[in-house]
Amino acid sequence: MAPPSGTTTILPPLDRRAVLKESAYIAIFVFALAFGLVGFKTEDVPGGLEIVTRFGQVFVAALVAFVGRLGMILLREQRPVPVLWGSAAFAAVMLALLIGNLAAPAADLTRYLPFGSVVINWLVTLLAVVFFGRAVWVLRHRSRAVTAGREAVMDRVAARVQRSARVIGPLLLGIAIVFPFLPVADRWLLDIAILVATYIMLGWGLNIVVGLAGLLDLGYVAFYAVGAYSYALLATYFDLGFWVCLPFAGIMAAFAGILLGFPVLRLRGDYLAIVTLGFGEMIRVILLNWYKFTKGPDGISGIPRPSFFGLPFTRNPPDGSESFHSFFGLEYSPLDRIIFLYYLIIALALVTNFFTLRIRKLPVGRAWEALREDETACRSIGINPRNTKLTAFAIGAMFGGFGGSFFATRQGFISPESFTFIESAIILAVVVLGGMGSQIGVAFAAVILIGLPEFFRELQQYRMLAFGAAMVMIMVWRPRGLLAHREPTIRLFPQGPPVKEPKT
Amino acid sequence: MAYFLQQLINGLTLGMIYGLIAIGYTMVYGIIGMINFAHGEIFMIGAFVSIIAFLLLGMLGIGWVPLAVLLVMIVTMLLTSVYGWALERVAYRPLRNSPRLAALITAIGMSIFLQNYVQLLQGARVKPLQPVISGGLRFMKQSDFVVSFSYLQIFIIILTLCLMVVFTLLINKTAFGRAQRACQQDLGMAALIGINVDRTISLTFVTGAALASVAGLMFLMNYGVIDFYIGFLAGIKAFTAAVLGGIGSLPGAMLGGLLIGLIEAFWSAYFTVEYKDVAAFSILVLVLIFRPTGLLGKPDIEKV
Repeated sequence: MAPPSGTTTILPPLDRRAVLKESAYIAIFVFALAFGLVGFKTEDVPGGLEIVTRFGQVFVAALVAFVGRLGMILLREQRPVPVLWGSAAFAAVMLALLIGNLAAPAADLTRYLPFGSVVINWLVTLLAVVFFGRAVWVLRHRSRAVTAGREAVMDRVAARVQRSARVIGPLLLGIAIVFPFLPVADRWLLDIAILVATYIMLGWGLNIVVGLAGLLDLGYVAFYAVGAYSYALLATYFDLGFWVCLPFAGIMAAFAGILLGFPVLRLRGDYLAIVTLGFGEMIRVILLNWYKFTKGPDGISGIPRPSFFGLPFTRNPPDGSESFHSFFGLEYSPLDRIIFLYYLIIALALVTNFFTLRIRKLPVGRAWEALREDETACRSIGINPRNTKLTAFAIGAMFGGFGGSFFATRQGFISPESFTFIESAIILAVVVLGGMGSQIGVAFAAVILIGLPEFFRELQQYRMLAFGAAMVMIMVWRPRGLLAHREPTIRLFPQGPPVKEPKT
Repeated sequence: MAYFLQQLINGLTLGMIYGLIAIGYTMVYGIIGMINFAHGEIFMIGAFVSIIAFLLLGMLGIGWVPLAVLLVMIVTMLLTSVYGWALERVAYRPLRNSPRLAALITAIGMSIFLQNYVQLLQGARVKPLQPVISGGLRFMKQSDFVVSFSYLQIFIIILTLCLMVVFTLLINKTAFGRAQRACQQDLGMAALIGINVDRTISLTFVTGAALASVAGLMFLMNYGVIDFYIGFLAGIKAFTAAVLGGIGSLPGAMLGGLLIGLIEAFWSAYFTVEYKDVAAFSILVLVLIFRPTGLLGKPDIEKV
């Protein structure tokens, strides 16, 4: 269907009425969406609630929807010129107002802006810029094949990334290792890096369950919580150190995984999802209400920090013992502990990754992947589905437990608040958005989903809104995940020269 | 005995609310085989639209309770079903032929989005509402305990039953209902015989949202306070109800909802309030182990 480039194509005439009608539908629709919740705001006043109206915003939203839809149709119908000028003019005016407002707040330019919220104004401006860019693109290519080819382009990128994982992986690792010594790495950036690395590790752990074994687990946070609480309770009740407790935490979490998995793993996908979700909530409710044991909502504080082969990271060690900085003859720096935590989580993540890569080649790993593809066929060749799934569940849970005890030692304080469903959803989103089964994809998605929002801390209230929207948009754009690309781990007939197995 | 009866009444009322939400889950699951994870948020939006409508009516001075409740119900059904429609359009239609997990993630994303959207627009504080329907029947007076069956509870039960009748007629007698049932059996085949599948799926979401919005209204009237977070737990429990009743089965959803409501009421009454959510989920696990297709679900045969 695509016209060859370079030739002029005759565009079918535009049905103006149909275009206007479609845009008007969208406008009415947005109006109906916004009318109730945007148009009226409930305000707390003494003795009840009061209604404040914001109809202006509703009309502006409908107008923006109308114009936006019109622009989209025009671009679709290969008529970029009006969009080009319109979006350019709009973006210019908006930018002038917004920057003018930043430069001279006294002039009160905000009253000319369409929306009450500055963030939304910036977003609309950004949207206009996107329209402008797209119009330029359409103007230069004048081809419909472009949109169809975009998917394929991204697929090729994914395949290339996977194939060059051998180079990219060590490269990224190298960057990660030297990162704390770069001049830009301050406390704040290191904290973000630790957070991202924690999610990378959890993502890789969950990837065993979801990506390899194909079991949809919506309650991964339960194992994370079990790990965190195991360490916190062992440390506070029995005075044990981090390194002694770490394996225990993993074992406890794995045990929780087996306990949960045993009765429910024969369920089909969605049922499993909801039961795991329920289990996650159950663990949280128990932690919240078993006050004698877990201190309930008060949480556990004073969890000991990890030590470096018995050397604590304190400024003034107790008499007769040495701390990290005095042992190595360094100047004391509070950053030492942060850097140590950073390396600790990187090491834990690498262990997870290495374990996953190796176990994929063992019979049990191959059985996981086979089960994911076809359970009935597996059963017929003698794979025990329940035991196989149970190992995946337990091993995934174990890494969740490690992650949990790291979380506990890093925070020094845990409470059931930290283990809500949203946490499971975020970890699952990291796995699925990255492209299930792709290790680099998971790391990539963690950076985007966890790292990026941290830079927008000031926009606190919009952060989760944007997070949800990003989840939807990325999935609609790439339903198989950003870097989804499946290479068989084993080939029956390698063609040509023996194909090296790509590391993922 | 009186105590038991009281809990039965409370449980039934709660169960009606869960049942109405559960129908939305079961319908969507029946037709496209996906968990509509954001359905709980639709319920929450229904409750918010209701509170706004009540406040507006109060300002307009419409004080006659039956009229006010009717108007609020119509408004919330209309405005909330637009959200149901939008949800399908944005999060489900583009992903209809994608891996199931993708649709689940978009639904979770939508759920997070809608929660924060409402929080941003309406504030994070809890919203109280004065009781709209007060008073009630009192009977079986014993020494220190009276069974009370409030008019509100009677209203909720009767309204749910009426809605169920209308809904059953809608599914069994109308063209949309026939199309819906056909799509539920086989989407491809339904498309071949000329059913507009896209529209049917949209309407399924809209119907589910309308019922959930009434549940939101009932929740608001029953508890008197709402916040932007109510959708999550109610959503999970309603989904549990749908699974318990056999997902895909409409009477099953209602039955499951009633059971979950009763379990919760009796558990809080006779054991501990704190662990009532645990009870509901434990029952779910037990049902799934011994009867994986739910109480009224048809066993589905896996073909190779």
